[in-house]
Amino acid sequence: MSTTDLQVHNPVEDLLRQDRIPTIWCPGCGIGTTVNSFAHALLKQDIDLNKTAIVSGIGCSGRVSGYMNLDSFHTTHGRAIPFATGLKLANPELNVIVYSGDGDLAAIGGNHLIHAARRNIDILVVCINNMIYAMTGGQAAATTPSGSLSTTSPYGSYEPELNLVQLVDAAGASFVARWTAYHVMQLERTLEKALKKKGFRFIEVLSPCPTYYQRKNNMGDALQAMLDYKKRSKIKHGCPTWETAIVPGGDIIVGEFVDREREDYLTRMRKQLGPHYSEFPPQWDEQESMGCSKEC
Amino acid sequence: MPKGAVAITAERCKGCGFCVEFCPTHVLELSNAFNAKGYHPPHVVAPEKCSGCNLCGMYCPDFAIFGFRLQENGQAKGVSK
Repeated sequence: MSTTDLQVHNPVEDLLRQDRIPTIWCPGCGIGTTVNSFAHALLKQDIDLNKTAIVSGIGCSGRVSGYMNLDSFHTTHGRAIPFATGLKLANPELNVIVYSGDGDLAAIGGNHLIHAARRNIDILVVCINNMIYAMTGGQAAATTPSGSLSTTSPYGSYEPELNLVQLVDAAGASFVARWTAYHVMQLERTLEKALKKKGFRFIEVLSPCPTYYQRKNNMGDALQAMLDYKKRSKIKHGCPTWETAIVPGGDIIVGEFVDREREDYLTRMRKQLGPHYSEFPPQWDEQESMGCSKEC
Repeated sequence: MPKGAVAITAERCKGCGFCVEFCPTHVLELSNAFNAKGYHPPHVVAPEKCSGCNLCGMYCPDFAIFGFRLQENGQAKGVSK
């Protein structure tokens, strides 16, 4: 039976800008897979897509904001979270989602990540961790496991890597999880849960980078990386985040690690400033009705 | 009568093989044919085994394939245009 006779249509395509596809991502890049999970999670939610904004920085994962058919914001390098914070504070009704990479969020914008988690701004951050600066040519990033080869570490990286999950948990985020591009269904469920929650929510998604990380380190192609994730990952919900470091060749601990209730930034601000404070400036017609414009 | 079917947009495929590897009932295989960009897109080798679980669609990084369930009368369920 030919599928063209059935006149079917992929539900994910409603959320994609058809004129931008095919994507620029390499064959086997895991970012597209995570976009599938994200689109399915959004479709299953009752949230208003007209009040959903996606913000991303620079990098391979930064292209997601251009491919999603939502209000989107492609910002400067490392500054996706500050732009998203501004967006949320200026219009608290919006659901703001930051979708960016590890080099963008954790290295260049590392301080923004820490302080957004400390303030508990009501945004969802999806961090695609491919363990390298992929778009700029495969330089060693803050998340590159020590000993890995890259363009800027031809004898192996000497630096210990950053455990993003532990960092964000220590800074005070209200929801922290980690999955890999292999765990599509689990990622979809976690994204659904995180979309409903309030406060700073952080989801790290490990993704294969066949062109720079896997090729340089003789780890095979993207399919090999996915099978490696399948073999090495251990699901441990609620695991203390200091036990979740990614060791080359060791276990990858995945799951939902932190789910705590903490007042978010806007709630704290409203509580402290009291009922007389309004986040919105008085509108023009209100000023006119007070008689201001006639006398001035 | 299969429970589901897959729809493939061969021109978007980059031949990564995720759908072939992760299909739980082994419905797909990479074909010998090329698409316009020179990749080998997958093709259906065992249509009667397809359960319409859409795991191929969830894994596809290029939105080139998706699975859907079929009703008793052979019509697609929930994904019609």
